[in-house]
Amino acid sequence: MAAAVVACGAGTHHTSESQMPLKKALSAASPLTLRIVAECSVTKARACDLILPHSAVSTPVFMPVGTQGTLKGITVDQLEGLGCQICLGNTYHLGMRPGPDLITKANGLHGFMNWGRNLLTDSGGFQMVSLVELSEVTEEGVKFKSPYDDKEILLSPEKSISIQNSLGSDIMMQLDDVVSSTVTGPRVEEAMHRSIRWLDRCIAANKNPNKQNLFAIIQGGLNADLRKACLDEMTRRDVPGFAIGGLSGGEEKDDFWRMVTLSTDHLPREKPRYLMGVGYAVDLVVCVALGCDMFDCVFPTRTARFGSALVPWGSLQVKHKQYAKDFQPIDPDCQCPTCKRHTRAYLHALFKSDTAAMHHITIHNIAYQLTLMRSVRQSIVEDRLPEFIRTFMKRMFPSRDQYPGWAVDALASVNVTVE
Amino acid sequence: MKLELARVVRGTGRLGVLRGLGRTAQHSLEVPGCLLYTHLGAVPHLTQDTLHTLSSLPSVTQVTLSNIAEHQEVLEEFKDGFRKFAGLHDTLLYCSLHDSAAPCPTGYTTNKTVSVWGSGGRIELTVAKFMALQKAVQPDWYQSMADGETWQNNTSRKRVRKSVDRTLAHLDECLLAHQNSQELEGVEVFGVVEGGDIPEERVRSARETAKRPVAGFCLDGLQTGSMDQALRTQLIAAVTKELPEEKPRLLQGVGRPDEVLACVEVGVDLFESFFPFQVTERGCALCFSFNISLDPERAGRALPAVLELNEDERDTAGETQHNGDVSLDDQTRMTSFEMNLKDKRYHDDFRPLVEGCGCYCCKNHQRAYLHHLLVTNELLAGVLLTIHNTAHYQGFFSALREAVAGDKLDILRRRVLRERKE
Repeated sequence: MAAAVVACGAGTHHTSESQMPLKKALSAASPLTLRIVAECSVTKARACDLILPHSAVSTPVFMPVGTQGTLKGITVDQLEGLGCQICLGNTYHLGMRPGPDLITKANGLHGFMNWGRNLLTDSGGFQMVSLVELSEVTEEGVKFKSPYDDKEILLSPEKSISIQNSLGSDIMMQLDDVVSSTVTGPRVEEAMHRSIRWLDRCIAANKNPNKQNLFAIIQGGLNADLRKACLDEMTRRDVPGFAIGGLSGGEEKDDFWRMVTLSTDHLPREKPRYLMGVGYAVDLVVCVALGCDMFDCVFPTRTARFGSALVPWGSLQVKHKQYAKDFQPIDPDCQCPTCKRHTRAYLHALFKSDTAAMHHITIHNIAYQLTLMRSVRQSIVEDRLPEFIRTFMKRMFPSRDQYPGWAVDALASVNVTVE
Repeated sequence: MKLELARVVRGTGRLGVLRGLGRTAQHSLEVPGCLLYTHLGAVPHLTQDTLHTLSSLPSVTQVTLSNIAEHQEVLEEFKDGFRKFAGLHDTLLYCSLHDSAAPCPTGYTTNKTVSVWGSGGRIELTVAKFMALQKAVQPDWYQSMADGETWQNNTSRKRVRKSVDRTLAHLDECLLAHQNSQELEGVEVFGVVEGGDIPEERVRSARETAKRPVAGFCLDGLQTGSMDQALRTQLIAAVTKELPEEKPRLLQGVGRPDEVLACVEVGVDLFESFFPFQVTERGCALCFSFNISLDPERAGRALPAVLELNEDERDTAGETQHNGDVSLDDQTRMTSFEMNLKDKRYHDDFRPLVEGCGCYCCKNHQRAYLHHLLVTNELLAGVLLTIHNTAHYQGFFSALREAVAGDKLDILRRRVLRERKE
């Protein structure tokens, strides 16, 4: 078991082929420190303390998504009570409403939503491509029509960073050229190169490099050569952290994990790795073993509102009739406020009467995600991750032949056999 | 259950404490007061964590058969009563028939049955089914079954008389079943006073109900929207004259602060608290002033932020009636006691909802944030508004008791109605 302290931003100067000046970002130490607490002796997993401007974050970490400056029906005190150290805000949504000017006046997103811990904001690019039908990507940026007033808006790398600077997030994401992970051909390569150029523009545009960390996003689709090229190029920039992007968009899981593991193979050990859009329990556990530190996904909170509670054996559909007379908690072993007080039967009934039912499940699901990640971390610290994974898989799937093949392969690639 | 009255003055209300509440007789409730409004035991939008950010909550939680009836089988199998089923611990349970914030369609009442509307539609209740439900719910008090369909204008005298008769017959049947039930030992029954807008029928209903062994009275069919306050006041005054002093009177369907004040003056003790829920559902926050502890000299300038706000509100809320004039319109319409946080003017207003309010929402969040949550349809808006509106409403009731105690009901009324005495 190894432990190391590595302060980011103090790395050596890399020469860049890019035309964009990098001096600004390089001259300032980034407001992020990664302390590697433990590294798994079998897999690529590690447990770290990620020190950010508002508080420390224990990794591996799942970050709940609070799209519009609020986490679906949960107060910031409740979120803090669950032990959440970092959550997400969406630049696209917040840039539209209430807009960067208002958030600036409110002392940033932290002040606006009264959240004292860390925030990560995305670039806004993903929503543009996924939510806005009429969007067009050019070298300048992403052009789209506002869904509120039909005005034509350009989201450029500079604009994205300017909004994120107003939001004041602890971690900002570069604007990247997002292509669906199922697209192949020259468009993928173009997007990869453009993402590199946009990274440089984002670095140059960051007005608060001393207070806000800017993460690069590795692109390259499902093509190993393009991913590798992107990794080579981006890791030359002295950004405080890296995200693995362009995945989790409906691609084959076999392609997905190979791209993840290729990325972690080439990402610098001393910087955090954030796998975007991943939140299913199995995916989390496998990708921790592949060396990822941070994850986010709307799934746990979205599915909660439909009555789906996450449990160690999968999920439980509280609204299904079979729970109407089931007087146990969702998960008898769960320590969350919902499970400590309420039964499946009551929650089943409450879904017919009040939205509070959704909040109960949301609380439970966030607790489930955070508890899972704390247990994974603990097993890394104690260097028993492979055993943890085997127990986890056994609980999740009724029998060995139901283990997803990709997960078995991915785990085998980091020397973990699941029988 | 015993109502200890500290002060009863005709025209200024009754002040007291209901003691010996609940099957263990250890709870109490100050009157004038209100119950805690819930949907199936949950204060709308709130989990127990968010609810308990509120420091003073009523000791009695109201649940309604309209929510519960469809879960009868479940509760019967559960056996331990609704309180435990809903994960409620330290609260008393009062079970009423209908939800005052969800008016039910009329025309389904028969001689032997009344109907409630749940999530799955209409459920018809006979007294036998009604009592079976009470045994499954195991409340501390419940409202006896009643034919409450005579609140509409122009209900015929014949229909009103029938409603009074049926309600008394239901009560007798309920009491009989109650007395023969071991499960309901120690549980209290509230008799229901009907009579539409006909004073003689109101008096007859009150007189007859008072003859029965009930613990208290529900005044039904007087709800906001069914009549103006002058008529309501007149009818309640006629009714309370017939009721014994030592038993509490609960008025159903009335929650507006001006109407509450007027009804307290003619002897009402208890109210439901669906009003703050309705305010929340329309995206509004209660902001009326009820501070009576100020120097009367300065009273006109009290709570500048709130008064100024109400001034603003008066302009835009032009449609809403002025100073307590009662509209017979839809209950969902905004009143002059609240501010509409969806309004654009709050977009960049970084003040708390109400300056000086100690609730979780006002201590942690600003109008601009609530405005944002409302325009983006975020669920947290309902949570935070419920917290504030519940706190504000409880504060109003606390001021109301103080006013009755100190002969300051006039000052409170002026404050609530924003009348300035220059």
